[in-house]
Amino acid sequence: MNVLERQQEAGYATSSPVINNFSLVVATANGTGSQTANLTLLRSFFKMGIPVHGKNIFPSNIQGLPTWYHIRVSHEGYIARKPSEILVAFNPATVAEDVQELPAGGVCIYNADLKNLPRREDLIYYPVPVSELIAGIEVPVKRKPYIANMAYVGVVAWMLGVPLQVVEEALGAQFDYRQKLIESNMEVVRRAHAWATEHLRKQDPYRLEPMNKTEGLIIMTGNEAGALGAVFGGVSVAAWYPITPSTSFMDALREFLPKLRKDEAGKPTYTVIQAEDELAAAGIVMGAGWAGARALTSTSGPGISLMAEFVSYGYFTEIPAVIWDIQRVGPSTGLPTRTSQGDVSFAYTLGHGDTKHPVLLPSSIEECFEFGWKSLDLAEQLQTLVFVLSDLDLGMNNWMGQPFDYPDRPLQRGKVLSAEQLEALGGFARYKDVDGDGIPYRTLPGTPHPLAAYFTRGSGHNEQAQYSERANDWEGNMARLARKFETARSLVPAPVTLHNSSARVGIIAYGTTRYAIEEARDRLAPQLPTSFLRLRALPINQEVRDFVAAHERVYVIELNRDGQMHGILQTEMPEYAARLRSIAHLDGLPLTAQWVQERLLKEEATL
Amino acid sequence: MENPNPAPSDRAPIKLNMVGLSKKDYDGAPSTLCKGCGHNSIASQIVQVGFELNLRPHEIIKLSGIGCSSKSPAYFLGMSHGFNALHGRMPSVATGALLANHTLKAIGVSGDGDTGSIGMGQFKHLMRRNVRMVYIVENNGVYGLTKGQFSATAEEGLQLKYAGQNEFPPIDLCMEAIIAGCGFVARSFAGDAKQVRELLKAALSHRGTALLDIISPCVAFNNEDDSPKSYGYGTKHEQPLHELGFIPYAEEISIEPMQPGEFRTVRLHDGSLISLRNLDKDHDPTDKMAALQRLHRAQETGEFITGLIYYNPDRPSLAEVEELDTPLAQLSPERLRPGREKLEQFLQAYR
Repeated sequence: MNVLERQQEAGYATSSPVINNFSLVVATANGTGSQTANLTLLRSFFKMGIPVHGKNIFPSNIQGLPTWYHIRVSHEGYIARKPSEILVAFNPATVAEDVQELPAGGVCIYNADLKNLPRREDLIYYPVPVSELIAGIEVPVKRKPYIANMAYVGVVAWMLGVPLQVVEEALGAQFDYRQKLIESNMEVVRRAHAWATEHLRKQDPYRLEPMNKTEGLIIMTGNEAGALGAVFGGVSVAAWYPITPSTSFMDALREFLPKLRKDEAGKPTYTVIQAEDELAAAGIVMGAGWAGARALTSTSGPGISLMAEFVSYGYFTEIPAVIWDIQRVGPSTGLPTRTSQGDVSFAYTLGHGDTKHPVLLPSSIEECFEFGWKSLDLAEQLQTLVFVLSDLDLGMNNWMGQPFDYPDRPLQRGKVLSAEQLEALGGFARYKDVDGDGIPYRTLPGTPHPLAAYFTRGSGHNEQAQYSERANDWEGNMARLARKFETARSLVPAPVTLHNSSARVGIIAYGTTRYAIEEARDRLAPQLPTSFLRLRALPINQEVRDFVAAHERVYVIELNRDGQMHGILQTEMPEYAARLRSIAHLDGLPLTAQWVQERLLKEEATL
Repeated sequence: MENPNPAPSDRAPIKLNMVGLSKKDYDGAPSTLCKGCGHNSIASQIVQVGFELNLRPHEIIKLSGIGCSSKSPAYFLGMSHGFNALHGRMPSVATGALLANHTLKAIGVSGDGDTGSIGMGQFKHLMRRNVRMVYIVENNGVYGLTKGQFSATAEEGLQLKYAGQNEFPPIDLCMEAIIAGCGFVARSFAGDAKQVRELLKAALSHRGTALLDIISPCVAFNNEDDSPKSYGYGTKHEQPLHELGFIPYAEEISIEPMQPGEFRTVRLHDGSLISLRNLDKDHDPTDKMAALQRLHRAQETGEFITGLIYYNPDRPSLAEVEELDTPLAQLSPERLRPGREKLEQFLQAYR
């Protein structure tokens, strides 16, 4: 019985094609340049108008360890992680496991040079004779392995029916339209495609057909989007220390700023400093925020551990600055190249003593851009540190999105007194709550007025910023800071709520888990209708409380072990503590819809 | 308001400087340090220098870390913004503040614990970046606020009541600064008011980081006469390298006649001149290796040399490297946010 007959017997005949609905995984070794090939595939599918998303599951290593690139295409627009039906097996070290993971009827496109390819009766195999295909291509020896990856691009294009012209356009974007690079890579793609057309017979059901669902959309990583948001938010001092997965945030910022923020004379209106460690990076943004710059740093979990002392300081002295935390898996060094939502409770109350910070929770590239500029506004409006908690999945992977909306309001610089205002007022008290919102007035160094100066200190101070150990000064100041945090509730981005009138069960989530949850909700709708509230920031507002009040049970779904947001919400709403249930999980990979679905059903079944 | 110091009244004989301020206008809050603390005399010299140099208080920021020394910015220049940072972290805060506004003059005050131990990394990187500021270390070799532990600048073998004997060699902050790339490295003694003042004036004119390591005896915990950081020892063992005379550029330059071979005149970045009397004939402050050797020799003989030990005005400051023009803190909204069409155009490449 040949493969085709076996397929027909198993019920997945080629006669019922699967169009624009599958996942594909490319398994390679790190440092072989496969990223270019993978992004070419991703962009090709995107250019065909099909909703698509790619996730790079990579090692903490420069060269040699295994890496997987997952691409999901979905005509319905679902982009959560899903186990793959199609494997491109190019890594001898993982091929045994990779092949085992395919479902029955799956497809294995393999490097014909692989010696240890396991054979499974229920799979379809297509070889890629890499050595043969790249023979005679004129590229520097160093670039050979990169070119080799283009061979699988050609075979995948053949298998799925991607026009070569589309691949060429995608390659163009990938190589910044440098003709020579495009040509040598495209030559391999063409050869592989021609070889497959001549020697292979299509036996699998998977196919791509053009759609118009990506029209007008852009494709970008979350870190790029956040950095671009900061550029339009007027960031003027950025300081950082390299750490995965936040490094590409600063890489993007350093690429975008010179393009968008030089003045007419060609002078920069910004500076980006690589600090000696995260302590210094935090110190630099504190100093800059205090002196009137719009300051930010980007880091990840280990970085915010080091920044804790300045975060406590910044809360108490009321200095505006923004910290982007691109979360990876902790504790400790953890899994530096895997994603999590594990810093939520740490960031929210970071610092010794009673401390609380606004935390923005982007879930998409649109929100990364929006929170990129908004966080700088909020920091100055509230005179405090603002955290933006992205994650590795959002930050480092490419996502589709609507072109970003230009900021809908002018820069918000907060309560800063000028020399003229000081003259009219006859002075000011740095930490006095004049307006009843807990937010005091400040002056910037350099303000030409004898009454402008005040002394910033992390030690106890009174309204005039003078050193004080008096009990009522201390308590009064801390009470005002708590009042200020109440003001923050109405200023931070409000949640997005999808009310389902027939639902008795609600779901609360935040960040990138939304994609698995949205898909799971659709699939569950007939048997378990749910409402959904997606938090976009802490502290929460009344809408969250109302949402919980309106449902019998509310599941808080998140990507960490202990249900951190669940804990925060229980503390915020003790009256609903029993109604809030935790569904939390962390293995370093983004959630799948199937997992969410099964867990919800299980929880509901054991009531 | 902390020391609002209203404009000088016309109750006559108060002497005003060129910016219309009296010396009192450069005062800060009353000191809470011990009576006789070397740090207080340094604060008085900062007040005096501010007055003499006609500094505009609003153009100055004063910063510090944590410790006795770091408290002192509250005791001078009450009309200047102050920033009492975290232990050992003043350099990074100063870096950020001066990136935000590089037209401000910054005076940082730190101690030997704040700089030599917990803040060593930030100290070295500040020098390396050449952030334009005066960095004063009020060096007494001891932790005062926590009642007398050794700091990293304490001499090997030193005996103190609380801490016992110091078993480790001292860190020489001047050597560290020179190695890290600092272009203005001076040492002085808090008791030598004139020299402190002259060095301060010169340091304020330097285009990069200027380190003043001032031996400032702790009257409470490290003032045994045989301790090298005591008053008794200081007055006996101080070895001035040069006599300094500082002439601000704003005044007509008139210096005492120079004896050939005895004076060395160095033009500072802002055009002002510093003239040095080379008492130690073989010391050339522009010779890096000679400076390090001189410090090493002094360490071996248990003396501390004072004066300008090393001077190199050539390295650009951080603000110059970063090509800063209008202070970033003063940019208009139009320059901070590119236009709508810029965003649309930019996103084209991501379609």
